[in-house]
Amino acid sequence: MSAERHTVSTIKRHPLDVRIAHWVAAVSFILLALSGFALFFPRFFFMTALFGGGETTRFLHPWIGLALALSYLVLVVRFFRSCLWKKEDTTWVLRAPDVLAGREENLPEFGKFIAGQKMYFWGMALLFVVLLVSGVIIWHEYFGNLTPIAVQRLAALTHSIVAVLAVLGFIIHIHMVTWEPGTLRAMISGTVTGGWAWKHHRKWLREVVAGKN
Amino acid sequence: MANFEFVLPPAPTRNVTPRYGEQDLVRRSASSVPPPARKLTEMAKLIDVSKCIGCKTCQVACLEWNDERIPVGENLGSYTIPSDLTPNMFTLMRFAEWVNPETQDLEWLIRKDGCMHCEDPGCLKACPAPGAIVQYSNGIVDFDHDKCIGCGYCVDGCPFNIPRISKVDHKAYKCTLCSDRVAVGQGPACAKACPTHAIVFGTKEEMKQHAADRIKDIKSRGFANAGLYDPPGVKGTHVMYVLPHADHPELYSGLPRDPKISPFVYVWKSAAKRYASLAAMAAVLVAVVVHQVAAGPNRSSDEDEDKARKLIEGRDK
Repeated sequence: MSAERHTVSTIKRHPLDVRIAHWVAAVSFILLALSGFALFFPRFFFMTALFGGGETTRFLHPWIGLALALSYLVLVVRFFRSCLWKKEDTTWVLRAPDVLAGREENLPEFGKFIAGQKMYFWGMALLFVVLLVSGVIIWHEYFGNLTPIAVQRLAALTHSIVAVLAVLGFIIHIHMVTWEPGTLRAMISGTVTGGWAWKHHRKWLREVVAGKN
Repeated sequence: MANFEFVLPPAPTRNVTPRYGEQDLVRRSASSVPPPARKLTEMAKLIDVSKCIGCKTCQVACLEWNDERIPVGENLGSYTIPSDLTPNMFTLMRFAEWVNPETQDLEWLIRKDGCMHCEDPGCLKACPAPGAIVQYSNGIVDFDHDKCIGCGYCVDGCPFNIPRISKVDHKAYKCTLCSDRVAVGQGPACAKACPTHAIVFGTKEEMKQHAADRIKDIKSRGFANAGLYDPPGVKGTHVMYVLPHADHPELYSGLPRDPKISPFVYVWKSAAKRYASLAAMAAVLVAVVVHQVAAGPNRSSDEDEDKARKLIEGRDK
């Protein structure tokens, strides 16, 4: 099919459904972080104004959480095969100094995702599961009577700690996009340049060229 | 009863200016208050379980004063009606039947449940909305419904399981110790209405003294373990009980033996955790900026582009 055709300046990387799910997840995450911070840090309570006040913030936060959970579920379905751990991923971890210095000539060729992306993908999936479960437990409006109060206390504590871990991951995720120019367009137009693919995901580029991907 | 020491004064008909207010706050949820210029006398409600006849006048008085209504209840096999505290029913007589193993007597243990007005209030600690829960220097813990956001964290913070969230306006409700009445020199409506003076109101010192007298009397009637319930785990309460079986508070429909704010709530709401969270985020931000400056950007070169072109054109041929 000609629509499948890749040219050197436009290698197809992410189809439309993946990009939509990604941006729904990204916007949800930012809104959750802002509203969550407003409810967690007394000094940031003023940020509830962004959501129409304290009550609407309290009301919206869990629903945005569900939007994140659903959109991330789409990403899990679409990405989990490409994010399975491979032998070269262990090498990537062991040669972290080369990775951080951008010396990719010292690293093996990587598939669609490198080990860092896979760790982020599975790490966030795990954190989101914990946030979803603990969040539902403390969603007082609907589930206040579902669990004993002792469980709700543990869930509230867990939710607030795990949320910070997710924000840490999110910061690193954004940094990696800016650190590797040419990455952002993969999630906007859905394509990358041949040079970008050759440098960062050569094994994947070979698969794409061979028509296997 | 006419010469009873703690009869509450008649309602004032003039000069009903509140005697305390914002300036007397000692704690304010998710915010701080300046140290108050004066310290109000600590007040307390004393509930003498041994004098309670279970008439529920206190419940009626509570509904009356707070202008609340509850639906006609269902009999679930207990005199406790409604079966639990609700967003409209701030106080509840809980009835327990217990056979005293020493005397083989069936004892009807009736406890008036409701907010204990802890000196160290867990609800206030857990509350994320600035000013939605306040504590006055006289010990009253009150909710400000205009500021309440309805999250239910106060329910998780409370060691006595007292606040209830309304399904109508999604705000938290509990006993206010009739702070509006106390502010004009009155006592709580329940204490005013109680026909046996099982509920009395006064300064905390007076109430402790009255309790000591009552405990002496109850002990003389064969209840050797009678005592005052003013749990130190929450630094004392401003609603106290005289219990004939003070060594087993849980007999009284699960009154906690040693209530304190859960360690989970302490850690969850600790300043240390807030600072650790901010520090962790700041550290990662600094790390990525340093990395960006020191190692980046990791750009693909023209050479990469050429190699990719060759690979792709190789396929296209």
